Amino acid sequence: MNIPENLLYTKDHEWAKIEGDKATIGITDFAQHSLGDITFIDLPKPGAKVEQSKWCATVESVKAASDVYAPLSGEVLKANTELTNHPELVNKSAYDAGWFAVIKIADLEEKNKLMNSVQYKEYVQGLSK
Amino acid sequence: MNYIPHTELEKKEMLKAIGVSSVDELFKCIPKELRPKSFNIPEGKSEFEVIEYLKLLSRKNATNLTDFVGGGFYDHYIPAAVDALAGRSEFYTAYTPYQPECSQGWLQAIYEYQTVICELTGLDVSNASLYDGGTALYEATMMAVRLTGRKKIIVDSGVSLIYRTMLYAYTSNLSIEFIETPVVHGQSCREDIYKHLDDQTAAVIVQNPNFFGAVDDFSDIVQQVHKYGALAIASVYPVSLGMLKSPGEMGIDIATGEGQSLGIPLSFGGPYLGFIAVKKEHMRQLPGRIVGATVDKDNKRGFVLTLQAREQHIRRERATSNICSNEALCALRALIYASLLGKTGFQELAKLNYQKAEFAKAALDKVNGVKVKRSAPTFNEFTVCLPKNADEVVCQMINKGFACGFPLGRFYKGLDNYLLVAVTEKRTKEEIVQFANSLEAALCS
Amino acid sequence: MQLIFEKSRPGRNGIKLPEIDVPIASDMPAKYCRKHPASLPEVSELDVVRHFSNLSRLNFSVDTNFYPLGSCTMKYNPKFTEKVAAMEGFSDVHPLLPQLSGGGMLAQGSLEVLYNTERLLSEITGMSAFTTQPLAGAHGELTGVMLISAYHKNNGKCRKHVIIPDSAHGTNPASAAIAGYKVVVIPTDKDGFLDMQAYKKALNQETAAVMLTCPDTLGLFNPKIKEIADLAHGVGALMYYDGANLNAILGKCRPGDIGFDVMHINLHKTFATPHGGGGPGAGPVGVCEKLVDFLPISRVIRRADGTFALDYHKHKSIGYIAPFYGNFGVILKAYAYILSLGRSGLIEASENAVLSANYCLGRLKDYYAPAYGKSCMHECVLSAEKQLEQGVHALDIAKYLIDKGFHPPTIYFPMIVKEAMMVEPTETESKETLDAFIEVMIEAAVLAKANPEVLHQAPLSMPIKRLDETKAAREPNLRWQPK
Repeated sequence: MNIPENLLYTKDHEWAKIEGDKATIGITDFAQHSLGDITFIDLPKPGAKVEQSKWCATVESVKAASDVYAPLSGEVLKANTELTNHPELVNKSAYDAGWFAVIKIADLEEKNKLMNSVQYKEYVQGLSK
Repeated sequence: MNYIPHTELEKKEMLKAIGVSSVDELFKCIPKELRPKSFNIPEGKSEFEVIEYLKLLSRKNATNLTDFVGGGFYDHYIPAAVDALAGRSEFYTAYTPYQPECSQGWLQAIYEYQTVICELTGLDVSNASLYDGGTALYEATMMAVRLTGRKKIIVDSGVSLIYRTMLYAYTSNLSIEFIETPVVHGQSCREDIYKHLDDQTAAVIVQNPNFFGAVDDFSDIVQQVHKYGALAIASVYPVSLGMLKSPGEMGIDIATGEGQSLGIPLSFGGPYLGFIAVKKEHMRQLPGRIVGATVDKDNKRGFVLTLQAREQHIRRERATSNICSNEALCALRALIYASLLGKTGFQELAKLNYQKAEFAKAALDKVNGVKVKRSAPTFNEFTVCLPKNADEVVCQMINKGFACGFPLGRFYKGLDNYLLVAVTEKRTKEEIVQFANSLEAALCS
Repeated sequence: MQLIFEKSRPGRNGIKLPEIDVPIASDMPAKYCRKHPASLPEVSELDVVRHFSNLSRLNFSVDTNFYPLGSCTMKYNPKFTEKVAAMEGFSDVHPLLPQLSGGGMLAQGSLEVLYNTERLLSEITGMSAFTTQPLAGAHGELTGVMLISAYHKNNGKCRKHVIIPDSAHGTNPASAAIAGYKVVVIPTDKDGFLDMQAYKKALNQETAAVMLTCPDTLGLFNPKIKEIADLAHGVGALMYYDGANLNAILGKCRPGDIGFDVMHINLHKTFATPHGGGGPGAGPVGVCEKLVDFLPISRVIRRADGTFALDYHKHKSIGYIAPFYGNFGVILKAYAYILSLGRSGLIEASENAVLSANYCLGRLKDYYAPAYGKSCMHECVLSAEKQLEQGVHALDIAKYLIDKGFHPPTIYFPMIVKEAMMVEPTETESKETLDAFIEVMIEAAVLAKANPEVLHQAPLSMPIKRLDETKAAREPNLRWQPK
């Protein structure tokens, strides 16, 4: 399971890459693996406001639809429209080409509620037991 | 007759394998106090007796009236092959094709049906059917609400009152605002629609032909609707699409309608067939089952239920709709019917209906006191104004052997003398002439 | 197999229409006409007949295969009911006839069928009245929730949520949400029943209704059902019964007697009307006395002189939820079925449905872990969890069954059971059919250990092998395109 060190993680398997006052968000390798072949992603629209731990997107696979929760609160600056025609990018490259959106962070303090890569790794290992 | 094959011996063997001594033991989880307070159902009869009894009941229905009643449901001829093929039990005793490898018959049929609906409406994507034209219109409305995030709907009062009533009943808990706009000279009043159209409007709903039989081209309305980012919804009569401008050609976003006219018997109200078709970009908001083409492991073409992540069995309370069962068998009938008629046959059928109705209009023009409404063109259904109450005339005409039409006063205030008359390819010249003559006699008395 | 469109040859047609026998009037003005005709297939009648006859043979169906699809009650559809629905006197009646003046007299036969069916369903279920309007089970659920909402509104309260167990069929929460309610989900306890603690915690003055089925989707009859109902009534909430599992309790228990206020029945399940490849169905809704006023109009009434009429004057009614009186053609078949089975036949149907399901459970429980408990009602839920240890999923077992000519049981429902397989044999299957099915299930369990690859490759004997569902969802191809 790939868990890059420079990202922050949530219990619901989302990741956030903080750069200044912006954050790129997506779902983790663990998430894409358990979802199976992703067939569609319902992304938030630019301009939309998202709230930490509240619904911001939906990922569909053949037999399931899973909610994605925002790792941080903020305003959506841009969404990864490539995913509309190539949802498989999330399966192939969850942390890179498979990014969901870039948001303007509302409250940087919120990052303290997230896990670092070490903590997330432990958490994921605990789940498989 | 109970269709249960178990012999006493077999029941004993099964009980032994289970490890209980009687069937009653299997029901011991239902305590005495929860047993039925009564169960007074008459004892079963033989197949012969039940058929004879129901035959008797069926004879209490009037079947020799010459049918000029429409109102959205039409007396068209159903070719024998439709019954023969839809009556194959490999079709009708199967269920939803969740296991594609053993349901390719159904899956391919639905894919073909979806194609037929797209061709008829001129739109891009259809689904595997909804219950009827009214629930289809409701689903279209909810799609527009979801897609635009707005809650105001403009409804032309030329849309069938049956459907408007259903629409309001379904949405009564949802704080959706409906504004009804009038019909003027038979057609949709643009002025009124535009008066209410704004950036809070989710959709404008029209019908073609409308309930009065009037035909229209909504392209101008659609243009305006799109200017405000709203959606245009049209409820349409499929047989008319053998002649009339299709919703797709008008720029309509969502087309719905009643498919009963496509090879489905009138059957006193159902089962019927709701169809819906949308532009490509709205595909993911479509309710109901959808069949898609794909390939198997050997790269052979096959069909599967797809985009299931919209549906209730996955999304549950966030599904696009709660629909589970559809009207598959009726969709199959429509497909077979459309295939038998074919490209030219379908156009010919439309022409026949149109011409016969035009002849009826001319014949009724000649009846004293009757005024045929001609402010807008009509397809196979039109409105006439009678010199007296339409209800009364209908009663008299029934005694003369005609179901002469639908009294519009039932659905529209102030139209008590107006009658809606439908003429299909089943009505012969003689029947139409006799109809006019009987009407004349009825009006004289 | 080729599509009907691919068999098209320009110039062919499958039907001869009557010649125009009236003088030709001028055409419809061009501005109202379509520019491009619909590209419908151009084929002969034989083309059509051969095409659909062959298509039909690509289906498994009750008439050709054992179809133990749990929750769907795929029992035998008596052929005489088809004959009844095709009677001209029933199939050719225009639904607007009763709405003509004095028109009720034109449809006395059909009105009597509806009236009698409503009475029979009321007696079977212990409800005060029924409406035959809902066009399918899910439609009935929506109608039921709308009735509940109207009831509360009439009492001056607008309650906010509906309580539903996590084992419920997806149409339950979907219907509640569509009617405007929030859904509160209650977990299932380790015995397979509603978690009473969580239930009591969720129940309050904002609860509009509790939606349950009994036996539940795990095939178990909840011994606390009366307590659940009493608690709900205690806070003024109503009890909704999902009738999908009615085949388990005919003549053994009536929802109206045990505290349910409103329910729907799936006629295409319990009352043997054909499933039609996915529909049409019918979902009549029954109510207790206090909800009768809210039933959809029109209502069929019987006059003092014994004739039937339609009553539209119910000002508290929720209105029309269908264009007319329901799926009459389906209701008629269910009526015929009830007349044919009668009191004893209905009771025997449940008794034998429960017997057959327990027989399957009893013989399979050593190979597949029963989800809950050692007995069940009309359907049993097994789990392929043990087989998962060898990398074999319920899906693989299902595909193997197809190779052996059996339609698989329902898989992956209820969602709370891992690798769920819900087997509902129904009462119309013979013991030798059940034994053959059981043998193949046992074979699959053995193969899961000895040679799981066989299961992964299945099915191999059908015209089509496993399909790429991901491709279907990622690259939607939902219609044939002319070149």
